Amino acid sequence: MKIELPQVGESVTEGVIGKWLKQIGDRVEKFDPLVEVVTDKVNMEMPSPVSGTLSSIIAQEGETVPMGGLIAEIEVEGEEPASAVPAPIAAPQPQAVNRTGELLKDVAPVGPTGGVLNMETDTPVSSGRKRYSPAVLRLAGEHNVDLSHVNGSGMNGRITRKDVQQAIDQGVATTEPATAAPQTAPAPAVPGADEERIPLTPIRRLIAENMVKSATLIPQAWTTVEVDVSGLIQRRQAVRAEFQEREGINITYLPFVIKALAESLKENPLLNSSWGGDSIILKKRINIGVAMATSEGLMVPVIHNADTLSIAGLAKRVHDLTDRARRSQLRLEDVQGGTFTANNTGVLGSVESKPLVNYPQAAIMTTEAIVKRPVAINDAIAIRSMMNLCMSFDHRIMDGAEASGFINAVKARLEAIGPNTGIY
Amino acid sequence: MADNGSKSTATESPHGVTRLDDENMLAMYRQMILCRTLDERIWMLNRQGKAAIVASAQGHEAAQIGSAWALRKGTDQFYIYYRDLATLLVLGMTPAEIMAGFLAKEGEPLSGARQFPTHGAYPEYGIINLSNVVATHVPQAVGAALAARMQGEDAVVITNFGDGASSMGEVHEAMNFASVHKLPVIFFCENNKYAISVPLAKQMAVESVASRAQGYGMPGFEVDGCDIVAVFEATSEAANRARRGEGPTLIEASVERYLPHTSDDDDTRYRPSEEIEEARKRDPVKILADQLRQIGALSEDLDQEIHQEARQIVDEATDEVDSAPYPGTEEFFKHVYAP
Amino acid sequence: MQRDERVFILGEDVGARGGVFLATDGFLEEFGEERVIDTPLAEASIAAVAIGAAIHGMRPIAEIEFADFIWPTINQIVGEAAKVRYGTNGQLHVPMVLRAPQGGGVRGALYHSQSVEAFFAHTPGLKVVNPATPYDAKGLLKSAIRDEDPVIFLEHKRTYRLVRGEVPDEEYTIPLSSADVKLEGEDLSVITYGLMVHHCLEAAQTLADEGVSVEVVDLRTLRPLDSETILESVRKTGKALIVHEDSKAGGIGGEVASIIGEEAFEYLDGPVTRLAGPEVPAMPFSPAMEAMYMLDADKIADAMRKLAAY
Repeated sequence: MKIELPQVGESVTEGVIGKWLKQIGDRVEKFDPLVEVVTDKVNMEMPSPVSGTLSSIIAQEGETVPMGGLIAEIEVEGEEPASAVPAPIAAPQPQAVNRTGELLKDVAPVGPTGGVLNMETDTPVSSGRKRYSPAVLRLAGEHNVDLSHVNGSGMNGRITRKDVQQAIDQGVATTEPATAAPQTAPAPAVPGADEERIPLTPIRRLIAENMVKSATLIPQAWTTVEVDVSGLIQRRQAVRAEFQEREGINITYLPFVIKALAESLKENPLLNSSWGGDSIILKKRINIGVAMATSEGLMVPVIHNADTLSIAGLAKRVHDLTDRARRSQLRLEDVQGGTFTANNTGVLGSVESKPLVNYPQAAIMTTEAIVKRPVAINDAIAIRSMMNLCMSFDHRIMDGAEASGFINAVKARLEAIGPNTGIY
Repeated sequence: MADNGSKSTATESPHGVTRLDDENMLAMYRQMILCRTLDERIWMLNRQGKAAIVASAQGHEAAQIGSAWALRKGTDQFYIYYRDLATLLVLGMTPAEIMAGFLAKEGEPLSGARQFPTHGAYPEYGIINLSNVVATHVPQAVGAALAARMQGEDAVVITNFGDGASSMGEVHEAMNFASVHKLPVIFFCENNKYAISVPLAKQMAVESVASRAQGYGMPGFEVDGCDIVAVFEATSEAANRARRGEGPTLIEASVERYLPHTSDDDDTRYRPSEEIEEARKRDPVKILADQLRQIGALSEDLDQEIHQEARQIVDEATDEVDSAPYPGTEEFFKHVYAP
Repeated sequence: MQRDERVFILGEDVGARGGVFLATDGFLEEFGEERVIDTPLAEASIAAVAIGAAIHGMRPIAEIEFADFIWPTINQIVGEAAKVRYGTNGQLHVPMVLRAPQGGGVRGALYHSQSVEAFFAHTPGLKVVNPATPYDAKGLLKSAIRDEDPVIFLEHKRTYRLVRGEVPDEEYTIPLSSADVKLEGEDLSVITYGLMVHHCLEAAQTLADEGVSVEVVDLRTLRPLDSETILESVRKTGKALIVHEDSKAGGIGGEVASIIGEEAFEYLDGPVTRLAGPEVPAMPFSPAMEAMYMLDADKIADAMRKLAAY
């Protein structure tokens, strides 16, 4: 078992290794003092978290180690040694850095697709243009009033709400709606004779912006694996009726997939990160966004701390989010903070897709349609339920090796699902 | 101070007894060993990164157990502070319940894991420990005593606080108010001679906290807070006074602090190790064990059995709480105002 | 107090003296020393004793002689009372009232003129009430006493003598968090509370003579705010003037303005405007300086005119 330097003390980020109280080969009991550690707040003897034999000391006396950094390994009976080759000395593990919490400055308000919501309005005030109060603009818009024809009785000739009301009552000065309010969007292309122009809804516009960001700012690579989900299908079938009975909701494949994702993300923290320009920002929490098609457009509600939930817990969260997405009752926090996105393109009948990474995340994974196919198992042909997993990832953050390591971990977890897989 | 044999109200065993027999002594010893074992374990859980913050009661156990033993669980009210781990145990909280507070786990009974460990309330046991702001609870205890008297109850309110808290203005206001109105309050100062790092000589210019009682017109007693019998007797007498309508009493129990102020403190910066070694000579555990051996109530075998039992209870509590989930955020907005 | 035995009063001079403003005159004779408690001159313990008693089933009304002396209670009220329900996961709560006379224009100088509402209104867990009329004062005080949470009940000293109004003898309560439209109007909403309600009504009369129709909303409760009534009024008139005696920055007006900006932006036909106390630490003693600090009907009418003309 790998022994990490525990988080001790408020606002402490690192510790200096003091004297080792056990030597390599020594028998260690749980809670035995293992090593002295000095932090800027306390000097302490760190108790062992397990019983076993101290097999290697990684952080030597005098070394500074970040909280969460690897300091030793203890061989526990009945457990495979962590690795035959000792880890390089005191190279802080990437996932160990900054375990005490970082202010995630890049987590801006998130829009319906999980991208960054641009709260700044792009309405440059042109000099000479008259300013109108919100009430005047609204009223003028509702009644198609051309404000250039309205006399202002307010301060410095300002048009007041009363002035507009008067103009409406007198039935003068109306015009086409599009020109009444100041135009803020860039001049649209003029539609041809055989074309029809559909104005963008705010959501469509946001989706478009995020997709452009993803496609232009992230160099993306793509990979796919195929997964035998026969065990998953059987397991879900076996628990489905009882689950419906007990919880009142249907259990889909999605919670199983999210569970596998969350566990695999924990092992592969690079996939749960963002590109930070001169660094990679690892996200401590595993918040999995689930892309959903709604009547308003694509939404990506987020299951926060997905790694802390059971399959049943995930099923309930998915059900709740789907339900509220459908009823347009998602709250802002429901779509914020995603660190990884999953998309079930399989429901659309797709067997392979190339998703765009949900900016600024590191990767996005799709689950494709499950199809029965003949496959060779132990040199015999068998009919199995097969599903493809497709993943696009930010090639700046990782290479194919890490991406494949992750997607294969997900695959292995899904294939390991069997009659004994716990739901709760 | 001897028990003067006055008629106290009916007792709800084991607390509120008027005289300590062998059985009581042994029961108190069991609680003390359990408390020490639990305390040590919680400290280790901090060093393993599981308990975010710990204030140890080691060295205070006799004062806490002895005082609570003289009072009545469910009737008397305990306005205590962060170091009163043993008081929680004596009043009936289980080690697992207490540990759930240190690990901030689901089902934590005092505050729903909203507060620091040991903080919140257990109304059924009369446990009230509301704040981290030192001494704010002392005048509140006076209010509790006022309510008890207005409602015609004979409840006594004890408020435990440290020597550091005794410097706060609110302690002065509380003692003055309680004494003017002759309220049934016991001011119980656990004097371990340090306010984090500031030694007694820099906290007060008088000999003792108890000596201040005179200024408020109430009796003040100094007791050896490592001697559980002395603490019990002083508290019993104060409780009797309170029930007779004679007003508040100030008790100053001189105790020791074996560990740093909290798990975030480093006492080697301000406290010589020889001083702690010296203090360990009057370890309340040792003193009570000696007293029990003298009266023939504690054999080596029994002592071992008590230690093993404590260890087992604490091990089970550790396993239970360590594997329990954290509470969700569903209740985050609850209990700001009445529903 | 006649209705509920749990209710009692504690504070300085509340007994034989009947309170410095005679609010508890005759109470000692009727309810006795047990329920009308003269305390030592120590505000922190007045608040703390009330908290302890409230936790244990009583309904204390703690009186602070002047709001200027309320600061020692901040530790107990903001630090403790507001957090008891939350910090015990709902197991305990603090049904207490902290009464205090406040406000200036009475030659009270720095330490008998302060307005303290904003400090408490910032704190979740507390409720803050500031009535303007005798009728409201009775109904709101009854609600405050019966409320299950700590209520800070502030009364403007000038309203004790300056304002006289009908108070029915029969039992009635006014729910906390309900603002009251004291005057209906079309052109401009004035949102105010406490003594300023009266000055605003006077100014509104002046404006009516000039042909401007002003609506006056009396907030009555400052936490929780009755946003519904505020927004309804502003959506109707399109213009909002907020008036309070307390100094401007960080005051109640900022909160009201934000609610309007967030919830009624599209209805606004002019800038949300605040007329409030000046940015000096407190009210000076000398008459000319005191008058400069205090708002009055003339100053308010000027602000109304300006916003109406915008």
